[in-house]
Amino acid sequence: VVRACLDRIESLDGGIHAFLLVDGDRAMDAARQWDGAYARGESVPPLAGLPVAVKDIICTRGMPTTCGSRLLDGWIPPYDATAVSRLRGAGAILIGKTNLDEFAMGSSTENSAYGPSHNPWDLTRVPGGSSGGSAAAVAAGMVPLALGTDTGGSIRQPAGFTGIVGLKPTYGRVSRYGLVPFASSLDQIGPLAGFVADAALLLQVIAGRDPLDSTSADIPVPDYTAALAAGAAGLRIGIVAEAFGEGLDREVRTAVEEAAAQLAAAGAVLEDVSLPAIEYALPTYYLLATSEASSNLARYDGVRYGLRAPSDTIDEMYTRTRAAGFGSEVKRRIMLGTYALSAGYYEGFFLKAQRVRTLVREDFLRALERVDLVLMPVTPTVAFPIGEKVNDPLAMYLADVYTIPVNLAGLPGISVPCGFSHGLPIGLQLIGRPFDEATVLRAAHAYEQMTEWHLRKPPMILDSLR
Amino acid sequence: MSYEVVIGLEIHVQLLTASKMFCACAVRFGAPPNTLTCPVCLGLPGSLPVLNRRAVALGLRTALALGCTVHPVSRFHRKNYYYPDLPKNYQITQYEYKVHPPLATDGTLALDPDGGPAVRIRRVHLEEDTGRLVHQEQDGRVVASLIDYNRSGIPLMEIVTEPDLRSPVDARRFLSRLRAVLQTIEVSSGRLEEGTLRCDANISLRAAGGDLGTRTEVKNMNSLRSVERALAFEADRQERLLASGGRVVQETRHWDERRSVTFASRFKEEAQDYRYFPEPDLVPIAIDAGVLDAARAALPELPDAKRRRYMERFGLSAYDAEQVTSSASVAAFFEAVVALYPQPKVVSNWLTGDVAAFLNAAAKELEDLPVTPGHLAELLQLVDGGTISGRTAKEVLAEMLAGGERPAAIVQRSGLRQISDAAELAAAVDETIAAQPGPAADYRAGKQQALTFLVGQVMRKTQGRANPELVNRLLKERLSS
Repeated sequence: VVRACLDRIESLDGGIHAFLLVDGDRAMDAARQWDGAYARGESVPPLAGLPVAVKDIICTRGMPTTCGSRLLDGWIPPYDATAVSRLRGAGAILIGKTNLDEFAMGSSTENSAYGPSHNPWDLTRVPGGSSGGSAAAVAAGMVPLALGTDTGGSIRQPAGFTGIVGLKPTYGRVSRYGLVPFASSLDQIGPLAGFVADAALLLQVIAGRDPLDSTSADIPVPDYTAALAAGAAGLRIGIVAEAFGEGLDREVRTAVEEAAAQLAAAGAVLEDVSLPAIEYALPTYYLLATSEASSNLARYDGVRYGLRAPSDTIDEMYTRTRAAGFGSEVKRRIMLGTYALSAGYYEGFFLKAQRVRTLVREDFLRALERVDLVLMPVTPTVAFPIGEKVNDPLAMYLADVYTIPVNLAGLPGISVPCGFSHGLPIGLQLIGRPFDEATVLRAAHAYEQMTEWHLRKPPMILDSLR
Repeated sequence: MSYEVVIGLEIHVQLLTASKMFCACAVRFGAPPNTLTCPVCLGLPGSLPVLNRRAVALGLRTALALGCTVHPVSRFHRKNYYYPDLPKNYQITQYEYKVHPPLATDGTLALDPDGGPAVRIRRVHLEEDTGRLVHQEQDGRVVASLIDYNRSGIPLMEIVTEPDLRSPVDARRFLSRLRAVLQTIEVSSGRLEEGTLRCDANISLRAAGGDLGTRTEVKNMNSLRSVERALAFEADRQERLLASGGRVVQETRHWDERRSVTFASRFKEEAQDYRYFPEPDLVPIAIDAGVLDAARAALPELPDAKRRRYMERFGLSAYDAEQVTSSASVAAFFEAVVALYPQPKVVSNWLTGDVAAFLNAAAKELEDLPVTPGHLAELLQLVDGGTISGRTAKEVLAEMLAGGERPAAIVQRSGLRQISDAAELAAAVDETIAAQPGPAADYRAGKQQALTFLVGQVMRKTQGRANPELVNRLLKERLSS
């Protein structure tokens, strides 16, 4: 399996650029060990021998972790993230590190210091971001499973753009230890996979309390795979009125509405729900996430690790190092966040945004008292052309308009393929109650079983197999 | 025009925990640089803080001992600023927002245990320490700056007073009393010299009844004595400045112990905006009533209560009782000695006299010394039994304190045993009378002072070992026969 993945990477990644690093030799060594264990009939852990790609913002011991930034070029963490150590413990083989927007700041992977990734469905288009490398790698069949991170949609949006499954767990479900933070109160690690069942399997391994992360929840982890079989019958699903208005592409809208209808046909009960505060989610997010980021990224100063620009004074070293090491989107967000936290603005920006965040969460929780799940599109459009929005940050930010509210509310959300527009995938988003990933996965699985969208493969793969 | 001195203190207390505030690294001194570090206290990307429970317990204990309001829910905040000794370029601390207060606020500590206004404690909060910069100099200029992160993340508690102190003497007294509390409740070793207790002071002058003047912040005061001296210097400096028509500049000033002056920092200070916001990596500290009650019940006897007990039960004077209870280790030592040698006043005299002088000179605490309560009791028994003189006892004490040897052994080894045998002293007495015919004749002629001189001569001849009363008696006998 590892050999096949490496071959696929070899033949396709020149055009896609999903990977920043492929650790083929060690992956093959590990694969041979598991082969031996299987041959000897030993009992093996759940992911034994399965290749997994890891977004390059999650620390891997002894393997460079760049965060897509020049600043951390060549930095090798002396420790594994908890999610990675759990993967290793479950027998997974780390095949490599995937491309991303620098420090997970972006929606297209164009903000990577190491060049953009390309969408396997159309190489002239973005795969989404910031976990674009992980999504493209799964979509192109280079790996069956990948880890991504989602702060404002960075798992679900690229999953939607590349026609795969991506799950953002509840905040606190998966340990953040070893995830290089963008916005600590929003970041979550989650699975990207070709199928819902695979995502469930991967979540099973990485979920649960971690003493190294105070914000990880001490709530039991249910058997996600066992929960899949229950089907859609009897589920109450809320259709978010505010998410089907202006700005939503007509074909995306149609596909998502048809998906809802199919769930209803399978026995789900549809209801209209209203989330009035999500109108303010985008600006709220861009105040809170950037505020936290301005502080989280302060440590990249050239003193201890990473890039250091030679200078005569310490202040000059700070300035030059950060000027040379960060890309423009990162700088933009650091400046925005610094401003929002500054004396005189804190009340009006940061604190006000905190209050709106609470309102967004309350809207969701109120709706989720009546329904089991909330349904929305993942994105307003399908994948856009590379270069189209790179100089228009506001247009780029709008790509996350349906995913960001879910991060603010801290809820679990999944993206599953639900159609195509002009040959490009469309994603359906289902959002559940806190720590109820089981129901989210169950509904997504039921939908997946009724449709064939997830079985379609990008034409370039079919070509390469010919 | 006369001015009133107004002083408020900010005290940083290093907590007696085995590990750091947010990671498992050991808290230990003298380890090679950067050996007590991990991804968390080095601020490596992706590492996360996990709060040390014991640090919270110690903070709680302090808050209760100082009569503070403990907040059921408090939060950590990030204080953002760039400095190379700060690995994340923010410090995790507790800021004072109404919506999420620090661990505890609004306490008091009496300056005078017998009455008078207490000093108000504004807040008690927890935070992490920074690393330490070591500048390498060559020909008087810095050629390299090295950073030791062993100190990074060591648990600190900050205690801030209201500006309620009115003199440098009071500031010293308050700090001494606070230190005794912290030592008694086993929260801190309380050593200013080693930096486990650090005191910064805000000081200003105001005309009687007027508004507060511009304040300066004085740092780098490394002993109780230097707190008093630095603040006296600074009060005097500000007064002269005002008297000569000048004005005080708000700035940080460092105390230079050697030159006995405060001086302004070399670097121009800009108004810092620390951009505090709630630390998203840590959950709030929640303290419920049960925890609070248990902590209150577990509080040991505090120095003021101890002081009252020593006065009532042991009959110590108010002054002596204050002295003995000013250090937890001295108080514990005192009680242990008294248990073996039940003469509290004598024990107190020795502790507040010779022992205290020795500790001051050596800049040490009693617990650093190898001496045990048993040793001191034994020494006092040797004096009472006439084995050694009081004067010799002082010499033996000095050796005991420094070397930890038993007093009986020191007396034996050094031949310090008092000569109380008349036969043994007879020769020295006779020789002295023979060698000093003048004074001998004077005494016989009725000059009493001459006897004192002769006693001194005998003592000298015996290196102070002779029992002076016996010498006195022998001389009188010989000279009158």
